Formats: sequence, structure tokens, C-alpha cells
Amino acid sequence: MPDPLPDSRSAMSYRDAVREALRSALIADPRVFLMGEDVGRYGGSYAVSKGLLEEFGADRIRDTPLSESAFVGAGIGAALGGLKPIVEVMTVNFSLLALDQIMNNAATLSHMSGGQFNVPLVIRLATGAGRQLAAQHSHSLEGWYAHIPGLRILTPATIDDARFMLAAALACPDPVLLFEHQYLYNMEGHLTAGLEAVNLHNAAIRRAGRDVTLIAYGWSLHKSLAAAEELARTGIEAEVLDLRTLRPLDEQAIIASVRRTRRAVIVDEGWRSGSLSAEVTTRIVEQAFYDLDAPVVRVCTAEVPVPYAKHLEDAALPSPDRIVAAVRTVLESSGSP
Amino acid sequence: MTETVELPVSREHGLELLREMLRIRCFEDRCYRLYGETKIRGFLHLYNGEEAVAVGAMRSLRPTDAVVSTYREHGHAIVRGIPMPAVMAELFGKQTGCSRGRGGSMHLFDASRRFYGGNAIVAGGLPIAVGLALAQKLLRQNDITTCFFGDGAVAEGEFHESLNLASLWRLPVLFLCENNLYAMGTALDQAQAETDITTKARAYRMAAQPVDGMDVLAVETMVSRAVDEVRTGCGPMLLELRTYRFRAHSMFDPQLYRDKAEVAQWEKKGPIITLTKRLKALGLMSEDDYERCERDANAEVDAAVQFAEASPWESVADLERFVYAGPVA
Repeated sequence: MPDPLPDSRSAMSYRDAVREALRSALIADPRVFLMGEDVGRYGGSYAVSKGLLEEFGADRIRDTPLSESAFVGAGIGAALGGLKPIVEVMTVNFSLLALDQIMNNAATLSHMSGGQFNVPLVIRLATGAGRQLAAQHSHSLEGWYAHIPGLRILTPATIDDARFMLAAALACPDPVLLFEHQYLYNMEGHLTAGLEAVNLHNAAIRRAGRDVTLIAYGWSLHKSLAAAEELARTGIEAEVLDLRTLRPLDEQAIIASVRRTRRAVIVDEGWRSGSLSAEVTTRIVEQAFYDLDAPVVRVCTAEVPVPYAKHLEDAALPSPDRIVAAVRTVLESSGSP
Repeated sequence: MTETVELPVSREHGLELLREMLRIRCFEDRCYRLYGETKIRGFLHLYNGEEAVAVGAMRSLRPTDAVVSTYREHGHAIVRGIPMPAVMAELFGKQTGCSRGRGGSMHLFDASRRFYGGNAIVAGGLPIAVGLALAQKLLRQNDITTCFFGDGAVAEGEFHESLNLASLWRLPVLFLCENNLYAMGTALDQAQAETDITTKARAYRMAAQPVDGMDVLAVETMVSRAVDEVRTGCGPMLLELRTYRFRAHSMFDPQLYRDKAEVAQWEKKGPIITLTKRLKALGLMSEDDYERCERDANAEVDAAVQFAEASPWESVADLERFVYAGPVA
């Protein structure tokens, strides 16, 4: 018998939540297996899969060579063949070595085959900056992937989502890319009591407010919540919307919130040009232009390869201070709320 | 060296192989004409000259085995059993096509025949074949995966990654390299420091052999042995099927990179001519037999064209169908 799953009332880290999600999935369905670089003996480069090899064995916790294209493609093939693979790609930067398989095969097979084949594959990737890992380990490319029809893009930012999004992704018949922000692995929190599942369709209001909507995902969600806390001290009530799923976007939730607050600031760790923030902005402009009291403002990563030095990296990334400043700009341009 | 042993053959068996090769040849020749008539558009890569590979290879497979193919896959699809009308309708872009008009010549699919496409990224199918074989092994299905690709694919990283992974995990994959000597217009020796493809496979501790890809009996025998071997669970194998493409790479290729004399030389040892000569020399068939086989094949192609012509177009209202298998809301 496997160890019982931990008491849902106890505090856990985001890393533990992901590990428990993996354990539950492996226990629930014998077709589920995990493969990737160093997921087994090493325990995962972010220690997410530590202990799983001992519990589930080498057939189901499968170390791979450094062959991203082959093992991501093998995940696609295994999914076509009736298994439920979870492929871990160490960071989103390395996923570029498997981009051909993700873009040309995983995303296209269902449509290109006239619906005969589908690819129930989950790819987990660490994303984002904040740990001084410089320009080849720090980028946020989830917005790129969200450009591609056929893929579903998830960005769990809370303990609940880290714990339960994987099960929903595995239940989905389509290829799902699940972006875990590397800075969040050490975040501690509590699972919502009684929660047993989450959906993949809805954005979530993480803080209600009437003056401005902060639209964010991943680590930027927590920066936005910190900014909202700061703004509240000066009487500004910001609503914070966690996108959760970048494709398909929950457009209704975005538009509904912006219609209420009449102002929007988008916080995106991707670069600004051609970004997810650009997409969200455009949807707001297309659908809620006359509801806006001020132009939409974006807080994004500076348009540089993410640098190593701490002060430079900090300066490049969205921060609560920059978000607060952006909100003040929006409010000034529309008159006070 | 490839085997040059004369393999025994009966009249019935020989005629069946001839019939299958002629089905492909007549289909491809008709496609060439239909392209000129603009019934078929996009890229069209014809299989003339390579028929012995598809016909010889596919016979040893079970219906439950998986097949992964390339963009020059009409022959593979037809011999695997996808009905010719569904293949032709796909080339016409019709709703009744085997990919409902969304794939075209390079992306033929058939789930019921475990035909996983029609991959137009060179070597892109190899990792998928590895994964299909991983599923077959873990689910203990006793099925195997065959993966067709060309000599051009051997230059891609995915070839090397996939051979290594298949061998490391001892997966039931049969890699079938159709070496027609040219990666589009670049000759093998212009692109590869080592032109013996089997040597590369052996570097991954995989059994590998060259086969005369113009001799359908040799292909059939060698693939049959390899399939049996791979099915025992001893790991993957690679066969290098040495063949030649008679027509241009695609319909846009003026063939500046090879001599007409070279093509003519290969045409003389074409798979259909070779088998016909052999059967006639053995007194197993007559010219009448040949003509009947060809007539039957053309009649099948005629029916396929009529079906494709008469078939409806997919409704534009269904344009976005099948992008996701699950709900999009």
C-alpha cells in the first residue's frame, strides 16, 4: 500500500502540492507515468519527484537521456498508444529543443487527422525568472505556446492549482502544457478545505476590488496581490484576476471584471512585444473599449535576455512597486476613482 | 552488402506482389496527371520506383501493429489497406478523405488501421514511433511499430535521439529507412560523412542490415524476419532499403541535381520490371497476366477518382472542428 496522502488541512509547499498531484495520478491510473531528465534517481531538478521512483518503480518514473525532442515525441506516441504520459521538461528554455514535436505533432495531430487521433499528453515545464539563472534558464515563454491552436496552456499559481490542475489536465483528451513557475516551488500555503478538483476553464478572482483589475498569472499573481495590499492602504481597491489558463483564455471573466472596475493593468512576466499581455489588451479593447475609463497599462519584463546580476534581474522583472506605479498612472489618467 | 539470393516464389504469390505494386504505380501516375489538371494541389511526392518497399514491408505486419510514415506515403497507406477512394478523396481535399480534407497528400491517417500519418517534418515521426512502441511494451500488447523514413532523416538529430532511446529501452520498433540516395536534391554523399546508414544504427547497439529495395521478394523476406525478431522483445532493428525515386522530388522539382542517364539506369532495375522478368523467366506468368493486373489497378484508380470527384467538400462551418478533442469553452 502506498503511504496515505497528507492531510489536506496541513500546510504544504507548492513543490509538495505538485508531488502529491503526481502521486495521486500515479495511484489512480496505471496508464499514467512520468518521464524526463533526472525525474527518477536524482529526484527531479527541482526535487518535485523525489521519492517517486522508490514508490512507483522505474517503468513509471522514467529517467530519459538529454534528448528533449525524442522523449517529448515519445510522450506523444505513448499517448497515441493508450498511455497517459506526463513528460517533464526541465525548463521552458529546453522545451525549444522539442518545439518541433510540440508544435508540429502534438498540436496538429487531432485536426490534421480529421479528429481520428488525439494526444492526451501532459507536459510539465518550469518557467520564469527570479533565481539569478541568467538568459538560458529564466524566460517565460508560455505566452508563445498560448499562440498555438491545439494546445492547452495552464499556469498554476496557487497551492490548490498546483495540487489539482494535473488531474484535470490528465483527464483532458488534448495536449496540455503545465507551466510551474520555478520561484513558486518553495511557496507555502494551505489547501482549501474540502477541495477535490479544479477546472481548466475559468480564470479566478483572487481578490475582489472595484477600482482597477490586475490581470496576472504565475508568479506575477503574487506580485499583483502584494501590490493590491499596498494600494489598499491608500484606499484603492484592486481586483486581482488569476488567468490560470492562458489558452483557451477565459475572456468572459476578463471582460466582466474590467466592465466592473473600468480600468485594467496586465502583469505578464513575458516580454511586452507580441505577448500574452498584448493579446489580453486587445481582447479588452475589442470588447470593452467603451467601458474603459483609462487606457490599458501593462507591466512586463524588460525587453532584454534576463540578466544574471541580482539588481539587473530585479530591474528587468515586474515587481509590486512597478504594479503599484502602473495602477497610479491608470487612476491619474482617468481621474480618481 | 545486400542479399542477392534468388528467393523462391509461386505464381499466386508473385502475382499478388505484382498487383500490389501496380496498384501504387497506377495510383501515382494518375496523381501526376490529376496534379496537371489542378485536381490535386499543394505538395505532391510520388512513390514511383519505391513500390517494392511498401509492398514487401507491409505484408508481415498484423492489423494491430502501428505504422508511422513520411510525406511520401501514398504507397504505404494503400498497401496498409486504407481504401484507395479515401486516399484519393484526401488528395482532392474532400470531406470523405481519410483525413477529412485537412491533411492532403502529406498527411494521410487511419486510426482503424493504426496508420499514424503522414509526417512532413523529416524525422518527425521517429520519436512518435518510439512512444507508440513504449506503449506497446508497457501495455504488453505483443504488437510492434514500424517507422518509415528516408535517408534525409538520418541527418536529423531526432534520428539519433530516437534510435538511442529505442535501443536503450529495448522497444519493439522496426526502423525502415528508404534510402533513395537523395534528400530532396542533395545526394547522400554530399550530406553524410558516413553513407552506410546501417553503421549508424549499429552505433546504437541495434541490429541493422541493408536490403535491395528494388527486389520485392528480398524486402518481404528481410522485413518478415526483422518483424519476427522485433516481436520477440529483443529490441529495435533497422533495415536500410536501397531504392530509387523515378520521378521528381515533388511537382516543383526540375531535377537539376541528377543525370537523366542515372535515372534511366535505375529504371531498368525497377521493382515492377524486375519481378515481371523473374516471374516470366520462371514461366509463372504471361504478358496477359501483366496486362490484366494493370487493367484491374487502373479500374480501381478510376473508381477512386470518381468517388473523389463526386464527394462533398467539408463545410466551412466545420473549419475549426477537431482542433481540440475536449470542450473549448
